[in-house]
Amino acid sequence: MELVIFTGLALVAALAAMLVIVQRHAVYSALFLIITMGALAGIYILLEAYFVWIVQVIVYAGAIMVVFLFVIMLLDIRREPDPWTPPGRGRILTALLLSVVLLVELGMAVAQRLVLPPSGAPSVAGGFGTTQTVGRLLFTDYLFPFEITSVILLVAMVGAMVLAKKRLT
Amino acid sequence: MQVPLSAYLILSAFLFIVGVVGVATRRNALIIFMCIELMLNAVNLTFLAFARFLNSMDGQIFVFFVMVVAAAEVAVGLAIIIAIYRNRETVDVAELNLLKW
Amino acid sequence: MLETLIVMLVKIVVVFGALLLAVAYMTWIERKVIADIQVRLGPMRVGPHGLLQPIADGLKLMFKEDLIPSQVERVVFLLAPSLSIVPAFIAFAVIPFGDTTTLFGLLAKPVALHITDIDVGVLFVFGVASLGVYGIVLAGWSSNNKYSLLGGLRSSAQLISYEVSMGLSVVGVLILAGSLSLVEIVKAQAGLYWWLGMLPIPRWFIFSQPLGFLIYFTCALAETNRAPFDLPEAETELVAGFHTEYSSMKFAMFFMAEYANMITVSALATTMFLGGWLGPIGPSPVWFLGKVFLLLFLFIWFRATLPRFRYDQLMSFGWKRLLPLALLNVVWSALWALRG
Repeated sequence: MELVIFTGLALVAALAAMLVIVQRHAVYSALFLIITMGALAGIYILLEAYFVWIVQVIVYAGAIMVVFLFVIMLLDIRREPDPWTPPGRGRILTALLLSVVLLVELGMAVAQRLVLPPSGAPSVAGGFGTTQTVGRLLFTDYLFPFEITSVILLVAMVGAMVLAKKRLT
Repeated sequence: MQVPLSAYLILSAFLFIVGVVGVATRRNALIIFMCIELMLNAVNLTFLAFARFLNSMDGQIFVFFVMVVAAAEVAVGLAIIIAIYRNRETVDVAELNLLKW
Repeated sequence: MLETLIVMLVKIVVVFGALLLAVAYMTWIERKVIADIQVRLGPMRVGPHGLLQPIADGLKLMFKEDLIPSQVERVVFLLAPSLSIVPAFIAFAVIPFGDTTTLFGLLAKPVALHITDIDVGVLFVFGVASLGVYGIVLAGWSSNNKYSLLGGLRSSAQLISYEVSMGLSVVGVLILAGSLSLVEIVKAQAGLYWWLGMLPIPRWFIFSQPLGFLIYFTCALAETNRAPFDLPEAETELVAGFHTEYSSMKFAMFFMAEYANMITVSALATTMFLGGWLGPIGPSPVWFLGKVFLLLFLFIWFRATLPRFRYDQLMSFGWKRLLPLALLNVVWSALWALRG
């Protein structure tokens, strides 16, 4: 059953991701990216991330993509007549070389059994992946990064407001 | 039958590759930005898959921080794109070549 | 396994049907109550006291000509009403209507009166509500019409601004209840206070979080685009806002989405502040519905009485007054919880 759900969601995510990069109009790219993020949120539930999936829906699909859509609509981005830059010969050769190197490396890693086998059901006090566990860890072991992220968000807000402000001359 | 770890990793690698191809080929700055978000999502999936299979909550906490940083980055990045648009009337990265020799 | 599936399907069908009926009859209730406040009668002709008016309205909207202007972005134009109405209905999947019941002894096993209970119920409703913004912004953009675009952007900016204060206003409730699950939040409100040793007051969170309730209700008015925050869809502004180019069933879907959202935020406020399905005697769904209707009456009363805010007043109020108040409420609730 889990396999069926995973296959379905993975196919949706992969297909939507491919459709993101081939659209001529930015709004359709954004819509397919929202679908990808929704499918990934479903996969997160399968991975027992019971808090992270709803944060993904609220923050990524519900806020970040809304900001993207706002900017696309405010800047009046039109349909692109020629979206693809065909790569030159040097670039194709570099890409092929790098792919061969990476594939050889992957083969060596798999052959030496560097890919870890799945362990049993995970267990942590308070439940694995629940809100209580995430909250407890954020306020004890990871308190310092948590406070730093609040400063990051403040800096980002101020920066965005300053950069996008209209110059009233 | 349980879903093996390699399935999650293959999906994550595929999404990352799609993101990289998008960044390398498209010229619209907003779509390039969206492909960066796609790459971040792929990495989130890797973190969560390993967190579950290694029975460690560190992966999930890190994903939380990745999401926060991605939100901050999107805000600032889009503000920069708006500022560039105001100056050059375009979001085509091929047109942003003032420093090219 | 099959039994749980059938029970769940029955619950989904009942809830969905009841919600559709409630949305249709909300229009009738609104017209009658506003008429009463304005000392007139309201719909009286179609059926006794106008009771068949919603059916007549529905038929009219279905038979109107469905115009699709030629220069719109077709796919998004056709998709936007669905994007507006589906989140409004999905949010009802986690709201508890009542205690576990055996349907007066008909069922072998007691069945819980909610479609499902996830342990992040509150966040789920907020997440789904933030997805409802897409319907509006895409409808405004795809209409290929300056006024629709501006109306859509204004309306969605209003929605995302008030979402922040709405989320913060329920943090006090979460501190008191200790859980994000809606069923747990209702159960945490069971029992009575004895005020001055004599007067029994139920332990509903509205009494311990009055500021939280006021902020939540104000944000709920703004989130559902209801008066006094209904500038983006007022008939005298910006033509008709984001739904200018829509006709017939698609237009009806936007309005159904608005009423369904109204019912959802009222149901959520009932669950979190008014004790959900708790009541001294009698069947629990009756108490739940009674409280939801009380809040819906408040919505209608506000529409009939208050003038609307100007857009800049609305945004300034949301960011400069409600958000600091909500933060103050969070700090106050945290201090209260820490002290004992």
